[in-house]
Amino acid sequence: MAKRVGIEVSLAISEAVKLANVDVIAAYPITPQTHIVEHLSELVADGHLDAEFIPVESEHSAMSTCCGSSASGARTYTATCSQGQALMLEICYIAPALRLPIVMTVANRSLSGPISIWNDHSDMMMSRDTGWIQTVAENGQEAFDLTLHAFRVAEDPRVLLPTIVNVDGFTLTHVIEPIEILDQKEVDRYLPPYQPQMRLDPTNPVSIGPVGMPEVYTEAKKAQDEAIKGAKQVILEAWQEFGDMFGRYYKPVETYRTDGAETLLVTMGSLSETAMIAVDQMRTDGKNVGLVRLRLFRPFPFEEFLAAVRGVKQIAVMDRALGLNGAGGPLATEVKAALYDEPERPYIWNYVAGLAGRDVTIENFVEMADGVEAAAADGVRQGYTIINVRE
Amino acid sequence: MKTASETLKDFQKFTPKKLPVEEPLAPGHRACQGCGEVVALRQVMKALGNNVIVVSATGCMEIISSPYPQSAWRVPWLHVAFENAAAVASGVEAAHKAMIRKGRLEDKNTTFLAIAGDGGTADIGIQALSGALERGHNFIYVCLDNEAYMNTGIQRSSSTPYGAGTTTSPPGKKSIGQQTWKKNMPAIAAAHDIPYVATGSPAYYIDLMNKVKKASLVEGPAYLHLYSPCPTGWRCAVEDSIQTARLVVQTKIFPLYEVIDGKYRLSRKIKKPKPVSDYLKIQRRFSHLTEEDIAMIQERVDRDYDRLLKLCGVSEE
Amino acid sequence: MAKETGIVSWKDLALGCSIVKPGSSAELKTGDWRSQRPVTDYEKCVQCGQCYIFCPDMVFTQNELGFYQPNMFYCKGCGICARECPADAISMVEESE
Repeated sequence: MAKRVGIEVSLAISEAVKLANVDVIAAYPITPQTHIVEHLSELVADGHLDAEFIPVESEHSAMSTCCGSSASGARTYTATCSQGQALMLEICYIAPALRLPIVMTVANRSLSGPISIWNDHSDMMMSRDTGWIQTVAENGQEAFDLTLHAFRVAEDPRVLLPTIVNVDGFTLTHVIEPIEILDQKEVDRYLPPYQPQMRLDPTNPVSIGPVGMPEVYTEAKKAQDEAIKGAKQVILEAWQEFGDMFGRYYKPVETYRTDGAETLLVTMGSLSETAMIAVDQMRTDGKNVGLVRLRLFRPFPFEEFLAAVRGVKQIAVMDRALGLNGAGGPLATEVKAALYDEPERPYIWNYVAGLAGRDVTIENFVEMADGVEAAAADGVRQGYTIINVRE
Repeated sequence: MKTASETLKDFQKFTPKKLPVEEPLAPGHRACQGCGEVVALRQVMKALGNNVIVVSATGCMEIISSPYPQSAWRVPWLHVAFENAAAVASGVEAAHKAMIRKGRLEDKNTTFLAIAGDGGTADIGIQALSGALERGHNFIYVCLDNEAYMNTGIQRSSSTPYGAGTTTSPPGKKSIGQQTWKKNMPAIAAAHDIPYVATGSPAYYIDLMNKVKKASLVEGPAYLHLYSPCPTGWRCAVEDSIQTARLVVQTKIFPLYEVIDGKYRLSRKIKKPKPVSDYLKIQRRFSHLTEEDIAMIQERVDRDYDRLLKLCGVSEE
Repeated sequence: MAKETGIVSWKDLALGCSIVKPGSSAELKTGDWRSQRPVTDYEKCVQCGQCYIFCPDMVFTQNELGFYQPNMFYCKGCGICARECPADAISMVEESE
C-alpha cells in the first residue's frame, strides 16, 4: 500500500527512480540537483536498488554514458540542471534522434552569467527544442508521479523518446512535503519492465547512429517530429491509467477558476501555487481572473491550451527566463504563436519574473493581471515587462 | 580481481599462418585508397572476432563505415558524438553488467570496444577517456592515431609530430609547421594505473593483434595506441602506408611496447635503428625540414627512446 | 532499389535511422575507384599472406591451394600489396577500360 510521508522532494524523486528499478544511473553533481543523486547513490550502496551508479566526470559524459546504457537496453536515469544541462546539450540533441528512452530530472536553475545557483526556467528554455518530452511539476507529489509517468511514456514502443521532468530547483527540490509514495507492487503494475525494440546485441547486430547524408537527413528528422507529436496520445493514456490506478488524474494543461474569466495568468512550475492564491484573492475582490498552468511543455499541448484560453480578453504570460532577443520570454512567444490562427485572439502581455530565485509575490501576480487589463484597454502594442527589476 | 599479468600468463598468441578469417568490418567501406588506419582497424576487428560491441567516435572510421543506408559493421556498433566514445562505452559496459547481474541478460563475455582518432582521444575526448579509465570500466579503448584531424581536412592535433605541415600548422617564414612535440598519450593512459596499455603498428600485425587480444582478456580498462598511416594527410605514396608504419618503428620514432600492471615491457628492440630522415623523407608533410631540423628531431627521438628503455629496464648498449 | 540507395519514405526508416543490415557496405563496389590493378605471379608467390593482411579493402582471400586471390569488386588499386609482397610476385598494371 502507498504510504503518505513527509519527505524532501529530491528524495521522493529518488524513491520513484528506485521504484522504477532502473539499471543504470550516470550523474554528475550540480546544485540543486545533488540531493537526488546523493540519495540514489545511497540506495545503491545500501543494496536497496540494484543498479550501476556511474559517477561520471562531467555532464557531457553523463548523457553520453546514458546513451550507451540505453542503447544496450537498460533502463537509464540521470539528473542535472543549468550549466550541467548546457554542457550535455550536444548529446541531448542526439539521444532523441537515436530514440533512446532516457529519463532525466532537471532541477531547474538559472544559467550563467552571472553565475547563479537559484531557480528559474532558463535551462528548460535552453533545451526546449532538443526533441525531449518535457513535463513540469508543480509540487512534490507531481514530481514523484511524473517521474514514474516519464519512464512509462519514454519506453512505450510507440514513443521511444527521452523524457525530462522539470522540477524547480530549491523551491521544490529542497522542500519537505507530504507525499504519497507508492509501493513496489503498485509501481510494477503501472510500469512494466523495459522491452527495448532495438539494442546492441552481437547476435543481432545493428549500426546505431550512422552518417545521415542529405538523402536521408530530412526523412530522419520527419520521423523524429512525428514521434514527438505522436507521443502526446501516449502521454494522455499514461496519465489516465495513472489516475485510474492511484486516483490522481493529470492533464497537459491545468485550469484554475477560469470559468467566466476575462483575464488569465499563464504559468509553469511551482510558482503556480502562489498564482492560485492570487487568483483567489482577485476573485474575492470581484475580478474575473483565472489561471492556466502548463504541465506538459513538450510536445506543446496546442489543443488543450487553446481550449483553456478560448474566449478570454487578455492573457498575462509569466516567463521565468528572458529570451535576450528583443521579444521577452520564450513561453510568451510560443503562446502567441499558438494563438495566431485563432479567429479572436486575446491581448497578451508578457511578464518576465522570478529570474534566479527572485521572489514573485501574490502582489506581483495581481500586478500582472491588472497590468495586462490596463494595457489591453489602452491598446498599447503588445510587449513585455521585467517584474521586480530595480531602475 | 586478477591482475593483467595473471590473466595473460597462458596467453595464446596469433601466428601468421593462423589468422582468423572473420572480417567483422566489411569491405565496401569508403576509406581513401591506401588508408592505413582502416588496415589497423581491420586487424583490431579480426583479433576480436564477432562477440564485440563497438562504440565509435566521430571521425574518419565512423564516416567511412556508416554512410546511410550501408554499414561496414557486422557487429553491433554505436556512434553518438566526437568526444565521448569512452563515456558511451562506459554506459554500454555498465548496462551489460547491471542487466547480467539482474538476470535479464545472459553473460556472453562480450568485449566492449571504443575507437577514436587522435583528435577524439588526445584533444577533445581526453576528459571522457580519463574518466572512463579512472572508473575502471572493463573495456578496450583504441586510439587510431593518424596524427591530425584528417576527416575535416588535415588540421593539426596535439598528436601531430613536431615539424609536420598541416592545414592549421603550415610551414612558413616564421614557422616550422607543427611547433609542439607529439603528446605522449600512452603515458597519460598508463598514469591512470590501468592493467594494460600498449602501442601497435599495423606493419607489425601479429604484435598488434596479440595486443588487442590481450586487451580483451584483462579485467578492467585497456588502452591501445595504434599508429595509423594516412597517405592523404601525410602526402606520401598510397602504396607506402605500411612501409611508413614499419619505418616509424625502425627509426625509434614510434616504439612498440606494453605497460602491464604498470610495468613497461619493450615489444621489439630496435638494434640497428634507421635514421629518422628515412621516415621523414617519404612524406611531403615533412618536406620543408632542413638538415638542422632533422638533426634536432633525431636528438629528441633518441632521448625519448632512451627514456623508454630505462622504463623498460633495458640497457642501452 | 530504394533500400539500397536509402531514398526511402520517412516511414520506412528503421528506429533512430539505424542500419539494420549488418555489413551491408559489401554491396558497394569500390573497385571503380581503381586505375591500376594488382596481378599476382603465382609462380613467385610464397603464400605468406602479406597482401591479405595489409589490404585496406579486404580484397584477398586464400583459396584451397593456399594462394591469395583478389576480389576486384572492392580493390581500389592502392598498390600496398605489390609494395609489401616480399617475393615481388605482385605487380600493378594499368586498367585498360
